[in-house]
Amino acid sequence: MAYDWLQDTEPMVYESRIQVPYSWSVGDTGSRFLTEIRDHKRILGKRCEACESVYVPPRKMCPRCFVDTGPWVEVGPSGTLVAFTRVRYASELHPGHVPPTYGIIRLDGSTTGLVHLLGEVEPNALRPEMRLEPVFREPRTGHILDIAYFRPTHR
Amino acid sequence: MANRVAIVGSGQTHHRTRRLDVNGVELIYEATQRALEDTGLTMKDIDGVIIGNMDHFEGINYVDCWSIDGSGGWGKPTLKLTTGGTTGSTLAIAGYHMVASGLFDRLLVIGWEKNSESDTTAAITTAFDPVWDRSVFAGAISGLAVEASVYMHTYGATERDAARVTVRDRRHACLNPFAHLRKEVTLEEVLSSPPLADPLKLLDMCPRTDGACAVIFASEGVAERICPRPAWILGTANRHLYTYLGDADYVGLKSLRHASRELYEKVGIREPLKEIDVMELYLPYSFAGLSWIEELGLCPPGEGPRLLWDGVTDLGGELPINPSGGVISCNPIGATGLIRCAEAALQVMGKAGERQVPDVHVALSSGFGGCWWSDLVMVGSTKPA
Amino acid sequence: MMDRIAIIGVGQTRQERNKVHETFADMVFEAVQQALEHARIGIREIDNVVTASNDFWDGRTISSMAVNDACGSYDKNISTVEGDGTFAAFYGMTRILSGAYDTTLVVAHCKGSESDAKHITNAMFDPVYLRPLGLDNISTAAMQANRYMTRYGITEEQCALVSVKNHENAYRNPNAHLPMRLTVEDVLRSRLLADPIKLLDASPVSDGACALILARESAAARYTDRPVWVRGVGYAADPYHLGDRDLADCDALVAAAKRAYGMAGIADPAEEIDLVELYDAFSYQELLWTEGLGLCGRGEGGKLAASGATRTDGSIPVNPSGGLLSAHTVTVAGLVRIAEAVLQIRGEADQRQVPAVRTAVAHGVNGPCGQSHCVWVLGA
Repeated sequence: MAYDWLQDTEPMVYESRIQVPYSWSVGDTGSRFLTEIRDHKRILGKRCEACESVYVPPRKMCPRCFVDTGPWVEVGPSGTLVAFTRVRYASELHPGHVPPTYGIIRLDGSTTGLVHLLGEVEPNALRPEMRLEPVFREPRTGHILDIAYFRPTHR
Repeated sequence: MANRVAIVGSGQTHHRTRRLDVNGVELIYEATQRALEDTGLTMKDIDGVIIGNMDHFEGINYVDCWSIDGSGGWGKPTLKLTTGGTTGSTLAIAGYHMVASGLFDRLLVIGWEKNSESDTTAAITTAFDPVWDRSVFAGAISGLAVEASVYMHTYGATERDAARVTVRDRRHACLNPFAHLRKEVTLEEVLSSPPLADPLKLLDMCPRTDGACAVIFASEGVAERICPRPAWILGTANRHLYTYLGDADYVGLKSLRHASRELYEKVGIREPLKEIDVMELYLPYSFAGLSWIEELGLCPPGEGPRLLWDGVTDLGGELPINPSGGVISCNPIGATGLIRCAEAALQVMGKAGERQVPDVHVALSSGFGGCWWSDLVMVGSTKPA
Repeated sequence: MMDRIAIIGVGQTRQERNKVHETFADMVFEAVQQALEHARIGIREIDNVVTASNDFWDGRTISSMAVNDACGSYDKNISTVEGDGTFAAFYGMTRILSGAYDTTLVVAHCKGSESDAKHITNAMFDPVYLRPLGLDNISTAAMQANRYMTRYGITEEQCALVSVKNHENAYRNPNAHLPMRLTVEDVLRSRLLADPIKLLDASPVSDGACALILARESAAARYTDRPVWVRGVGYAADPYHLGDRDLADCDALVAAAKRAYGMAGIADPAEEIDLVELYDAFSYQELLWTEGLGLCGRGEGGKLAASGATRTDGSIPVNPSGGLLSAHTVTVAGLVRIAEAVLQIRGEADQRQVPAVRTAVAHGVNGPCGQSHCVWVLGA
């Protein structure tokens, strides 16, 4: 039969990785956001004057109105927890190789939520609407993880 | 009931080696805003978005989702197409079909690339089959070098003949404010540029560019209200032929030959050299400018060099090719094929500024990519019957 | 509206954990051959091809190149959509409506087994703001589940019911690789992945391919006496940043469904639709998407599931195929939903056949937390 040989074929597997390094441009808007965190531990959002949305992370353009956003606005540093999850599996992508707890935090003065890590909190103590504050790492380099995580404001 | 479709406007960024001031989404926004300004439309008028780039050049998965802030796709039908080098022309073809279907009146079509963000060769290498081709023959240049060698061997063409293509495109680019490389080069400079893969040298090849292009396609009835001289889509065609590099037939670009046959028949073109007024061709390297114009039926096989040396394809000649400067002067890959179409449309619309060819009624644009895909879009000033 | 377009044939490989014997091209060839046979059409009569694939899942840029030969596109017009097959099928349909072609072959492939979903889905997140956090499809879906359950009081038990139902349905689908007889307790006790999502709330990642053939009305008549008509299609996208929207909403799905229902003339989906095949990458998503599809009110997805209405013997069967929870070929999964709906309408769904299906909805998703949705309404 034409396909007899299939039965005895050893299926080969070729292991490899694609190797493509990247240098992503943050852009001027994002750069201001990150350098403000690095140098002054201040978190900035950007406001659209047409719809009054305040975006964190900041955007050069308002996706709703499709115009350039306007003024920079200092937000937070505290905020409110909108959604969260405690991760239970390991991934080499997790910062510090520890299964993280993630949250979406609406910083005071912002109309959008920032996705980030949560720390110094028992997972069962997490509640929607919890008040949180950022913990900054030392030294900072101009990276989103210059905010190490958000923790509850009263402990 | 199929609609007739026209390009009513476009926008491009000023293409550069490296745009550090913007991230990818912002680059897309820039081109999109320019297209809206060009047409006097707002994002509210747009009823759909299609976008494309070559994924591994920026390393972002689901770009149609990620780029929403800059593409205006929030709340709208948004979709991504990607076919490698032909991405831009694939997008143009899709723009046509989607509006002709009657389901969109004003469709925004965006091609973009931020080549500065990655190692181009490492990224392109991933296009090739990991088991059979990748470790042996990868990279965009090797295949083209073989094609060039075969062409030279078959017809006796020389590296000097090919260099004339680079000289033409680079000279034209000086008239295009959006082009990446805007400095003329001489034949001697091309011939003495650093060798890459025989017979290809650095100046035979296209650069790597950061850039974006946005084009607005509109349906008949709507197009005429947006601009006085829309560029009507007369027809599209494309072909692919090979998946494995070893299968390819390196004598000529058959896919271009077949696609152009189909297109010319559809549109009723019998003598392309006479009936087409300008061409924006995706020539990623110099030799293509000799051999692929033969595939397009502009002259018999082997006679491409004659057209170049006679000045037929220069601005001012009988059939100018690449008044924009082409791919050799500017190559933001995901945008490149779309720029060809946008430039062809600008020519028909009489909006090509200093690079305008006089009296354009019919213009052809092409796209090329791995694995020897060819795309064609023909635009014209007269609405098709 | 638009010219009548029919689906005249479908083909799908078995969806399996690891199709180690087959390449992308092998799977595509198999699905295409099946679709051609089902449609009783030869490859020469196919006018053009649209493929669907994803460069990251395939580990190759220009992923379409891997299957150009296998999809029969030699010397034909061809294009590629990167995203779920439902979006590719939409584009394939416009290529007929444009007047350019009479038939379009659409084929999607994916092999989840060849790489690590955590890395691949991490790559859909912004490299500056999100990727360094180590997010992936599961951890972000978990936050959506958390927000959805908080806002509407959806319970973990209601989510578990979806898993119980779909895995049981899979016994009747030879193409699905995870048939399981579960109780709600089994689901609740399964290993937590990211609160509240447990192992049995999550779909696997599978290998497979699926193909379908679209034809304009005049061409369809030449090949089949059982065309399945495309009554409506709609798709739309939500904002990208997860914090830009309330994850308990699905505005994009509502907009997509509205467009599709509008074209199909459907005013009361719960009444007028006989069957739904939707993109249940996680159990909570089936609940949320039933709301977005208008099968119940906002916040009532849990109640709908608990009522038994979405069981195969219920008033609005959802995922009689077993859904993604039983077999999840990523970008192929939406096309499989269309294929399943087609088989149901043609009365060819064998053991999983639901009686008297005249109108069905098929649904696909792109992007994190259901950012972009495509809805198809198909009819006899």
